[in-house]
Amino acid sequence: MNPTPSQTVGPFYGYALPFPGGGNIALGGITVHGRVYDGAGDPVPDALLEFWQADPAGGLSGAPGTLRRDPVDGSIIGRNGVDFTGFGRVPTDADGHWTLRTLDPGNGYISVCVFARGLLHHLYTRIYLRHDAFLDALPPERGRTLVAAEEREGVYRFDIHLQGEKETVFLDFG
Amino acid sequence: MKDVYIVDAVRTPFGRHGGALSGVRPDDLAAHVVRALVERTGQDSVDEASPLSASASARGWPSYSKGSVMSTPLPQADIDLEIAAIRAAREGAQAHHPDRDYAPYRSTALRHPKQPLVPLKDPEAAELTGPVFGVTDVTALDADLTRQHLGEPMGERITVHGRVFDRHGRPVRGQLVEIWQANAAGRYPHQRDDHPAPLDPNFTGVGRCLTDDDGGYAFTTIKPGAYPWRNHLNAWRPAHIHFSVFGTAFTQRLVTQMYFPGDPLFPYDPILNSVTDERARQRLVAAYDHDLSKPEWSLGYRWDIVLDGPAATWMEEGR
Ligand SMILES: [Fe+2]
Repeated sequence: MNPTPSQTVGPFYGYALPFPGGGNIALGGITVHGRVYDGAGDPVPDALLEFWQADPAGGLSGAPGTLRRDPVDGSIIGRNGVDFTGFGRVPTDADGHWTLRTLDPGNGYISVCVFARGLLHHLYTRIYLRHDAFLDALPPERGRTLVAAEEREGVYRFDIHLQGEKETVFLDFG
Repeated sequence: MKDVYIVDAVRTPFGRHGGALSGVRPDDLAAHVVRALVERTGQDSVDEASPLSASASARGWPSYSKGSVMSTPLPQADIDLEIAAIRAAREGAQAHHPDRDYAPYRSTALRHPKQPLVPLKDPEAAELTGPVFGVTDVTALDADLTRQHLGEPMGERITVHGRVFDRHGRPVRGQLVEIWQANAAGRYPHQRDDHPAPLDPNFTGVGRCLTDDDGGYAFTTIKPGAYPWRNHLNAWRPAHIHFSVFGTAFTQRLVTQMYFPGDPLFPYDPILNSVTDERARQRLVAAYDHDLSKPEWSLGYRWDIVLDGPAATWMEEGR
């Protein structure tokens, strides 16, 4: 079957898709943060990032409950703090910044899906927390765009450049 | 650098009358317009523009890009020519998704990568699996957008039904479908929506559900209104419902928009027309289904969704 085409997430997803604690896949582990930039080097204040990752043992089964709801009033009460759902969703702030709190993935990387106003079809990239053979297959200056910089123990910086000299490597899974 | 405002416009010298640029690649045409504006005003960079005010507006080209040069918007006729030129260049070519670089939608200019995507084929890739959702993630009320407040929303009550499939035609079961939309007057409850149309205290416009065992989803809502935006002068979005859909793999993620059949705004909208293949564009348009209409109650629409991208289950079959 032929697929349904993608369309931009637009500027008004903010009251629909983000949810409280969306960037807290798990507390007590690592923090990854950064900014999303456009081709002029300006921060993108209306991007939405989604994260999917393995658990610390490398398991990719995930778990339901990312959007767990209060059965009384329907509000989002968030993950139960026990199950590792593996999924996070974070809108960039007015300065293009985002923060993710999670556990170190057993396979060494966190998958990222980027949505934004002005982006007609989402983009995939990866946040590598340590060396990986895939990075060696890329020209060094390109491969570097996929590697998080450890700012201090357990805190990593990862900027996403949609375009330009520092353009992030985006992936095609075919 | 201080903000500079270009209060001028240029017409694109191509197309209809055998203009000087009729042989130029369509994706260069918008760049020509930008260059012409820059030459006239002596500026070296042009960003997004807000024609109606210098203040930020989410409707179109916000001014929050510091140091950006503002320009007067093109009229619809020029956007129409750009859309037609790109479509002519792609005549008959199969294209399932929009190009990320689509000049008639101005905000794409600085937000698409210029390097090709890097192919990654790895049967162990995390992206071949994906997030899962369950009964704790939705409530029964989420699928009825007309029941989220004390009173009834204004507008034409509709239901939207459909099924979610993968490219092999297999139903996607138990996965999350999220929607959001403007109210009947074309207004979003978002502080950056400054369209002077009324907000509806009885309508937020957010819905969620999980697909059933047949991949089916259903929402009750009201038909959203068309709304203006500032991509160009007199730009209006056709009525649409935003959809966010999860498949069995992260690679199958889809965010898109569902349109209503026969909307007279279709030819003018750069976002819909970014899908240059007519057959693919039709897949974004719901069908009116009289059997889904409920007597004395609501009009029914049907819209099936097919997710792209490989999944772990496919890889296993391929081995
Ligand atoms: Fe919209």
